[in-house]
Amino acid sequence: MNKAFPILGILTALLLSYALYQALDVAPTEQTMGDVQRIFYYHVPSAWTAFILFTVNFVASLVYLFRRNPASDIVALVSAEVGVVFCTIVLVTGPIWARPVWGIWWTWDMRLTSTLVLWLIYISYLVLRRFSSSGETPILAATLAIFGALCVPFVYFSIWFFRTQHPQPVIGGGGSIDPRMLHVLLINWLAFSCFALLICWSRYRLEELQREVEQAHALESLTQSPRSSR
Amino acid sequence: MPAPTGIMPATLRKDLRLEWRSKDAINSMLFFSLLVVVVFSFSFDPNAEESRRIAGGLIWVAFLFAAVVALNQTWAREIRNQVLDAYRVSPAPANSLFLAKAIGNFIFVSVLEALMTPLFVIFYQLRPLGPTWQLLIVAALGTWALVVNGTFFAAMSLRTRSREIMLPLLLFPISIPALLAMVQATANVLTGGGARVWIALLLSYDLVFTTACLLLFETVLNAE
Repeated sequence: MNKAFPILGILTALLLSYALYQALDVAPTEQTMGDVQRIFYYHVPSAWTAFILFTVNFVASLVYLFRRNPASDIVALVSAEVGVVFCTIVLVTGPIWARPVWGIWWTWDMRLTSTLVLWLIYISYLVLRRFSSSGETPILAATLAIFGALCVPFVYFSIWFFRTQHPQPVIGGGGSIDPRMLHVLLINWLAFSCFALLICWSRYRLEELQREVEQAHALESLTQSPRSSR
Repeated sequence: MPAPTGIMPATLRKDLRLEWRSKDAINSMLFFSLLVVVVFSFSFDPNAEESRRIAGGLIWVAFLFAAVVALNQTWAREIRNQVLDAYRVSPAPANSLFLAKAIGNFIFVSVLEALMTPLFVIFYQLRPLGPTWQLLIVAALGTWALVVNGTFFAAMSLRTRSREIMLPLLLFPISIPALLAMVQATANVLTGGGARVWIALLLSYDLVFTTACLLLFETVLNAE
């Protein structure tokens, strides 16, 4: 890896600690919810980062289907993996916040449900990658990624219809956000994006090395097999 | 859409004849969904009012699970004697094969639905309060939604280890919007409402995913 990687690492560490300080100390305490609301600075940036990574996965899969270059396949794999991790953070921090504020861990509200379905779709993508034999994996995975991305608007609309037909009290977004809170939120998002980029980068390099090792092993067994069979 | 070559009808005829003679898929689907009806009936023990609310979900879950049985053996037949490989090297358009398989599965699952629906009506004492004709549209569109994606994913899961398990893992997450639409539409009609919104959603789902399947099937068939 070149020099940019440690620089990005240090930058991410600084940003994350600054964002932590901002979220826990500088940001004003929310009037009704109190300190519980501070989880918002982790929940929302994780969600945004996950959605960006899933978009990257879709674009990389499309590029792979047209160009068939291994690099975009690795990008698709890496973005799906890291995206699922961030999506999991969203699904875990959500209930932690919801319990004291709503009084329940989970509700089949529109956003919760659609995020959960999105998470399921990308888990099935990773399962497919795990279970298919190596040569065909990239093509099959890219196809599934396109189906998954096509499914996202349908997930959104169907759950929207579902919930508008069966209204239930849910504390929705609405209202305005304090500009200081927005500032902290954006800093946290920047930090989380850098962190995601850092993980993706090292995971990309790892996958590249792994494939090189596999190729070397395959080549070795090809060149050595006549000798051993004699 | 592929040009209407003779391959699509020929493959479809062959599949239907095979099924007519063996009755493998339809028998196992029928028995399976019968089991689901009975087990659900025991585990929920609903009265007439409750049945109306939950029947939409029960029917479609039963059909979804039963459809997986048919979908799983769609391509299994073509692996024996390397039929699929022969197809791959032949100049025949891949989409004709896909459409034949999808239409074949659509017929199998529709027959299953036609046979099972009376049984559901009897066991759960259903009497729809809304426009019944909408249920027919919902059934046709919903079945196509399951079957077109199912046929495609069955072709994908052929290439994986433990392919029988792989198909539901791929199919169910993508089918959630369609399933939600089918269940809600059925429940609405049964409890006396309309289902126009859901029919529109199912129709667009079908259009988008049929197009996607036709565009990508050749890629999946020829994946090396």
